[in-house]
Amino acid sequence: MTRRAAAALCLLSLLALAACTGPQSALDPAGRDSATLSRLFWFMLAGAAVLWAAMNGLMFYAWRVDPRPMSVRGARTLIFAGGVVLPTVVLSGLLGYGLSIMPDQRAPGDGLRVEVTGEQWWFRVDYWPDGAAEPIRSANELVLPVGSRSEITLKADQVIHSFWLPSLGGKTDMIPGRVNRMSLEPTDVGEFRGQCAEFCGESHAWMAFTAKTLSPDDFAAWLTAEAAPAAPPRTDLARSGRDAFMAQGCGGCHAIRGTPARGQVGPDLTHLGSRLNLAAGALEVTRPDLIAWITDPSAIKPAARMPAYDHLDTGTIAAMAAYLEGLR
Amino acid sequence: MTDLGEGSPRLDSRRRDLEKDQAHVARGTYPPTEESLTRPIDPEEAEAQADRLRAVWDDPPGWRYWSAVNNSEVGVWYSMTAFGFMLIAGALALVMRLQLAVPDNELISADRFNQFFTMHGSAMMFLFAVPMFEAVSILLLPAFLGARDMPFPRLSAYGFWAFLIGGVFVMGSLLFDAAPSSGWFMYPPLSTLDEGLGTDIWLLGLSFIEVASIAAAVELIVGTIKCRPPGMRINLMPLYAWYVLVVGAMILFAFPPLIAGDFLLELQRSLDWPFFDPARGGDPLLWQHLFWIFGHPEVYIVFLPSIAVAAMIVPAAAQRPMVGYNWIVLSAVGTGFLSFGLWVHHMFTTGLPSISLGFFSAASEAVVIPTGIQLFAFVATLLAGRVKMILPMLWIAGALAIFTVGGLTGVMVALAPFDWQAHDTYFIVAHLHYTLFGGMVFPLIGGIYFFYPFIRKRTLSERLGRISFWLTFTGFNIAFLPMHLTGLRGMPRRVYTYPGDVGWDTLNMISTVGAFVVAAGILVFAWDLVRPKGAPMSTRNPWNAGSLMWSHDIPDQFWGVRSIPYVTSRNPLWDQPGIVARMDQGGYYLPDAREGLRETIVTSAIDARPQLVARVTGPAWCTIWAAVFTGGAFIFPTFSWYLPALLSGIAAVACIVWWLWTSTALIPERPMKDVGLGLSLPTYVSGPSAPGWWGVFITMLGDMVAFASLIFGMFFYWTARPDFPPPQAEHAAGGWVVASALLYTASWAATRAARPVQRRGRVPLAQVLLTAGALTATAGAAALVLSVSGLDPTSHVYPAMLYAVAVWTAAHTVAGVVMQLYCLAGTVWGKVLPEYDAPVWNTVLFWHFMLVTALGSAAAIGLLPRLL
Repeated sequence: MTRRAAAALCLLSLLALAACTGPQSALDPAGRDSATLSRLFWFMLAGAAVLWAAMNGLMFYAWRVDPRPMSVRGARTLIFAGGVVLPTVVLSGLLGYGLSIMPDQRAPGDGLRVEVTGEQWWFRVDYWPDGAAEPIRSANELVLPVGSRSEITLKADQVIHSFWLPSLGGKTDMIPGRVNRMSLEPTDVGEFRGQCAEFCGESHAWMAFTAKTLSPDDFAAWLTAEAAPAAPPRTDLARSGRDAFMAQGCGGCHAIRGTPARGQVGPDLTHLGSRLNLAAGALEVTRPDLIAWITDPSAIKPAARMPAYDHLDTGTIAAMAAYLEGLR
Repeated sequence: MTDLGEGSPRLDSRRRDLEKDQAHVARGTYPPTEESLTRPIDPEEAEAQADRLRAVWDDPPGWRYWSAVNNSEVGVWYSMTAFGFMLIAGALALVMRLQLAVPDNELISADRFNQFFTMHGSAMMFLFAVPMFEAVSILLLPAFLGARDMPFPRLSAYGFWAFLIGGVFVMGSLLFDAAPSSGWFMYPPLSTLDEGLGTDIWLLGLSFIEVASIAAAVELIVGTIKCRPPGMRINLMPLYAWYVLVVGAMILFAFPPLIAGDFLLELQRSLDWPFFDPARGGDPLLWQHLFWIFGHPEVYIVFLPSIAVAAMIVPAAAQRPMVGYNWIVLSAVGTGFLSFGLWVHHMFTTGLPSISLGFFSAASEAVVIPTGIQLFAFVATLLAGRVKMILPMLWIAGALAIFTVGGLTGVMVALAPFDWQAHDTYFIVAHLHYTLFGGMVFPLIGGIYFFYPFIRKRTLSERLGRISFWLTFTGFNIAFLPMHLTGLRGMPRRVYTYPGDVGWDTLNMISTVGAFVVAAGILVFAWDLVRPKGAPMSTRNPWNAGSLMWSHDIPDQFWGVRSIPYVTSRNPLWDQPGIVARMDQGGYYLPDAREGLRETIVTSAIDARPQLVARVTGPAWCTIWAAVFTGGAFIFPTFSWYLPALLSGIAAVACIVWWLWTSTALIPERPMKDVGLGLSLPTYVSGPSAPGWWGVFITMLGDMVAFASLIFGMFFYWTARPDFPPPQAEHAAGGWVVASALLYTASWAATRAARPVQRRGRVPLAQVLLTAGALTATAGAAALVLSVSGLDPTSHVYPAMLYAVAVWTAAHTVAGVVMQLYCLAGTVWGKVLPEYDAPVWNTVLFWHFMLVTALGSAAAIGLLPRLL
């Protein structure tokens, strides 16, 4: 290989590495399982590149170079060596390794227990601390402690979804009528993005969630805060927003702990203001986004189940947005 | 004159055993003597023979052209239609790529995007890949086998018209914004909750096409088994024919589970029987199993025919016979078998136990071995030969480069843990397009460049072929190589848009640009295909290939082959000097058509000994009407028009009965015919020597698979659900179930007894038996339905399942009774005579399977729940 080619290759591989990062990248691992799988991928990729080059190099040689015909005996040997011996050896090794990592990936969690339910099109997230009689309910956001293995129970309401947080590990389907499980073990603190991976209808593209990993202490503090009821509104605008929220019957679908709103059809909003996303990753928790969402959810997420409130005057909607934004 | 069947006495007795039921068997000299093969031929007589053949095989003139059933016509219509659907499905992909080119795009709505990706996948699979294989095989197989036509030309035509009607119906739904939108995999509960017509269009429209696909598969299997030229033992078949056999068998075993699944899903949608509703004991995973038991073999159904094409191009390029023929055949068969044991790798993320994942990971890796053998055999053949630079070989080399990428990523995703990351992401989109472009599109186009001189007697442009190749090849890699990374960076499949801050935008833009380059390449090819071309070429065998196909006539003749050769080699054109000249002179079998009938030779399944002069069917409109009415029976229920559907179904049966009655198993003018080279063959046979019997046998194997899939459903619920059957469930009425089993057995026994009775000439008694058979069968079906009539199928999946099995069996009974009555009518109106009783044999054969179905249903409905 010439020096220039080598330099180009180095540059390319640097580019490739840079291209692998991202909040939702399986090649930018922040967890034990994703790190194992990422290593497995690079290892397999290297092997695949060699095999591809060998096979196609042979083809090219046979087709364009080939000085004189090979003996039939040699050709038969090639078939046996390339078609039987090579794959048997390579695949036995690969399969042995690949299957040996499976038990670890599916190991039962020893720390936090979380139950995630797929809804159209959002994630219901219930934390079950040890000994809890009731879950601490949240939505579209998953917070996990670093350094321990969290057990995740997966359910679905209407249709099949799939829970996937690539930065931490592989995905598992959420199937109506069935209870699935998986476990994740974050190693790095950070913020990540996860997404439904099984086609689930019109707004499948907008069914994402954010994940935060915290040190065990931070996590304990966060969980205590999360378990607390909602903060009461502090400004007049927010107070009028709360009154509008209750008057419009929003509590029929949404729960805000510490208020009369107890609905369980839609996402729990108790600490909406502190979350990293709104409407399962479609928007951010900012006042303009909240206003846009309340006004017409289907304009943002096609076929969203929440009705539009565009019949309300803009002042009322803005007040509701102020109230919701303050739910920290 | 030596008697047919010299050889070891044991073999001889076995042959007699097989033919003991024949009124007439082959007589005369076989194999042909050296003297008879070199005997000079009178040119004037040969010319007169050729004129008669030409008159018999010619296409109907004018608008009647569309009633043609010749494989050469139907094959072209079929493949051009499939190609057209491919272009439409490709256009859908281009719109999707435009939508995904930039984040947060609003070019098309989410719903339309979902319709587009659903139809892109469904059309590419059901309207392009599988039909294209069948179309090309209908077009080419007889030529590879030196046969005049397929064994059932009207069945090919019926299959084509059904495909056209069904395809237009399903694709047409796009124009009304009513296309299916739950994905080509149609997973319930999403598909059962869908309120539009889309899912019904998918289920019924595609079931209709699947039926047509199975019909074509039956014909291809029978064609390969029974229509080989004398002497072409099964180990001398061109590799293409082997692949047709394997793929045909795979279609036969893979499509029925999907049809059974479609049946259950449509029952849930139209009658609310809760097969996939967990609230009432159902389970969405049953559909996934049935779908992927079909879906994974489907991948190999698409892939193997392209290997078959490559297996014909490679020896022509290497100018030597294929190295490792036996290895390739074993690998093809092995791939076929293994492909049925891999389906769970599409379900690695559904939470199955680790032991299942381990098993199916291993099986998925194992399929690399037979695939590897086939690819290495091609490379080894090229190494062992002196390679000619022919254009088709460029496409094959490109195919290998692309396919190996898909194969290697396939090895990666076959490992369950890695699949947990890759599953349902753009990594899989890249993987599957690499396998399908490399394993289907490139070999197909290479194959068209290779076979076009045979099909149209002209050549395609070398220059355009190269331009098209390089555009398609580069564009493909630009479009799909980045997708591996897009997927691993987290982009799921089937999203109509994506946010801009996740890092997918540049990659998607590159893919979109690549997709348009692919489109340009395909369009160049399409232009080459349809552009006006000059005079026919002058050489018959432009590639100097060895298979019988290249003995074709220039200018074109509709007779297939002038005379059917005696074959002793895998590459007759290389190894049997003078064979083409001798064929042209009419120096082999069946050089004449004195009776003015379309005839071809039927040979025995393994060693291709001549058995029969088959009179094949000619142009007809009834096939088109049969397809139209069958289409009505499938399409009307989409709109809940059940009465028109029923009437349409009855009309379809009437058309098919008319077609069978007027054109199949005709009583010949004389029992034996001199076919040349000192051999006389019967003009009518019954039972296992007859293609019709094989047609029924093979169809019923497929039918058994569908029935087994239903029963699998019962066992699945039993293992997967604690409440199957529910503790206090009402069961089927035991007495009626027993009565049904007894009545069906009686009907079977009466039908079985009618055959020898009729043969011995005691026609009235046979008529009584057939009548009794029809009556008891009807009563048996009634008893079976009565046994479950007290249950409410909407209440729980258990009664729903019993109902489904009963409905299935009752519907089959209709076919059984129609066949019994057909035979009865045959004995009355002279269609069936003691010596000419093929319909009775076929009916008895059907009833063997019907008995299994009926007793299986009785056991499943009456016995199984009491044991569980």
